[in-house]
Amino acid sequence: MDIKAEIVAQFKQVAKEQDKRLAPLTEELALLDSGLDSLCFAIVVARLETSLGVDPFSEDEDARFPVTFGDFVRFYENAKS
Amino acid sequence: MQRANPATVRSSAIAAGSLSSRVLVGVDAKATWAELVHGSILDMPLHGSDVEELRGKSILLATIDQFRAAAALIELDGIARRIVLYPPDVPVEHLAYVAKTAEADVLITDHDAAADAPHGIGSVIRCAHNVSPTESSREEQDAIETEWILLTSGTTGLPKLAVHTLASLAGSAWHTDPASASLVWSTFYDMRRYGGLHIFLHAALTGTSLVVSHAQEPVADFLARAGANGVTNISGTPSHWRRALMSPAASRIEPEYIRMSGEIVDQAILNQVRAQYPQARVAHTFASTEAGVGFNVDDGLMGFPAEILESNPLIEMKIKDSTLRIRSTRTATRYLGDAAPVLKDADDFVDTGDTIELRNGRYYFTGRRDGTINVGGYKVHPEEVEAVINRHPVVAMSLVKAKKNPITGALVVADVVLHAQASASGGDEAQRGILEFCRKQLDHHKVPAVINIVAALPIGESGKLVRRA
Repeated sequence: MDIKAEIVAQFKQVAKEQDKRLAPLTEELALLDSGLDSLCFAIVVARLETSLGVDPFSEDEDARFPVTFGDFVRFYENAKS
Repeated sequence: MQRANPATVRSSAIAAGSLSSRVLVGVDAKATWAELVHGSILDMPLHGSDVEELRGKSILLATIDQFRAAAALIELDGIARRIVLYPPDVPVEHLAYVAKTAEADVLITDHDAAADAPHGIGSVIRCAHNVSPTESSREEQDAIETEWILLTSGTTGLPKLAVHTLASLAGSAWHTDPASASLVWSTFYDMRRYGGLHIFLHAALTGTSLVVSHAQEPVADFLARAGANGVTNISGTPSHWRRALMSPAASRIEPEYIRMSGEIVDQAILNQVRAQYPQARVAHTFASTEAGVGFNVDDGLMGFPAEILESNPLIEMKIKDSTLRIRSTRTATRYLGDAAPVLKDADDFVDTGDTIELRNGRYYFTGRRDGTINVGGYKVHPEEVEAVINRHPVVAMSLVKAKKNPITGALVVADVVLHAQASASGGDEAQRGILEFCRKQLDHHKVPAVINIVAALPIGESGKLVRRA
């Protein structure tokens, strides 16, 4: 599965459900400027755990939080490899 | 109880000293503590009238802005019979219920939505933008012991009103020392919640500066503002901190002391905060609106050492039926209202409802006995969500539970059994329909993130849903 495509799809889906305006998902976009709030991110992470079978946030207690959208995608890509 | 001549926020702040050098900083207003204790934030409707008009009244304080709430609290404590702290995230639809339960005489607010809501309160006073000096001289010996009312979430969706006093909120352990004046506290919490109020009172009573957030302020802006004001000490829930660490502005603050409370603190967030702020001491505190402050843990590990239960003679703690019980002068005294639930047991212990288990000499929080779900600091009662889901025509029964989440601590998920007819016609449509239904009737954090259609739900011998595996 294309991890990035799945992440983009979930961002869009959750933004739609939660009535949020999603910013264009560029590499450099700061996650907190994406239009999604904490609850949205929580839902995205829960759904990605179902669809990708991995939750990199919970796997490593010392992992640094991703700050940009690019970081977020790499966070999942590295967790899968 | 209206004890005569008790300490007030104002008298304690004056006693703490350094009034001219320490400040209260809001998003669009700033004042020294000298200006706060000698000024007024109230835009009194009658020319020449002053805060004395409010003596002995029950006041519902419903501002959006925290600076104005803080200024009003300093002004009204010791004058009002009762002050209800109405948080900006509680819908204005509940104003009428809260006003009636608290027998409110006066509404103080800074926004039209509250002022124009059908609250049923006879008198409305607006807040000014900032404090202005008052002519009236105030006699502290006339102070009465004001009841402070904090709202907590109830199973029916209506808030519960917990009664505190300044004495129960502040305790006796706080003291001023010469270093206090150089400290700048801040918090991600709103001060209309216990965790935020605790920090406001700490700043007022020990003599520090304070930077307060605003409900509509982006986290990056708040962090930048806190950094610009030289914040040294800052508190928040684990969810507040997770959100802060996702911001490039996390590096704008350089705190010496970080405190977490309000949710279960896991090892990951302790480690992540320490990695971001290696210079800071990181502690976590157990406290709740009803039980008050329990204890503070500063060894950098999740959970707490068993000996902490015995460590403070002023705060008695015990474990009964696997939940933490607390008896101290810091607990709330009761809930307001005719049919209010009982807050303390016969021995004056408050059941926190937080379940804990002992592993290798250390206690760990495992959740809530009543199944209450804590979504990023917001409590969700499963029964309230189930009641909404069960009203959907295709639903036979439902079970709402927590799913662990690394961003908000937990999320709401629902297992739903459909009526036979509905389940024959496919689950996807039912899922979408139920979600849509929930979104119309519940706050965002209460809407299930996931709905699982299941064939059956386990029923216990009592005939009730089995809530815990």
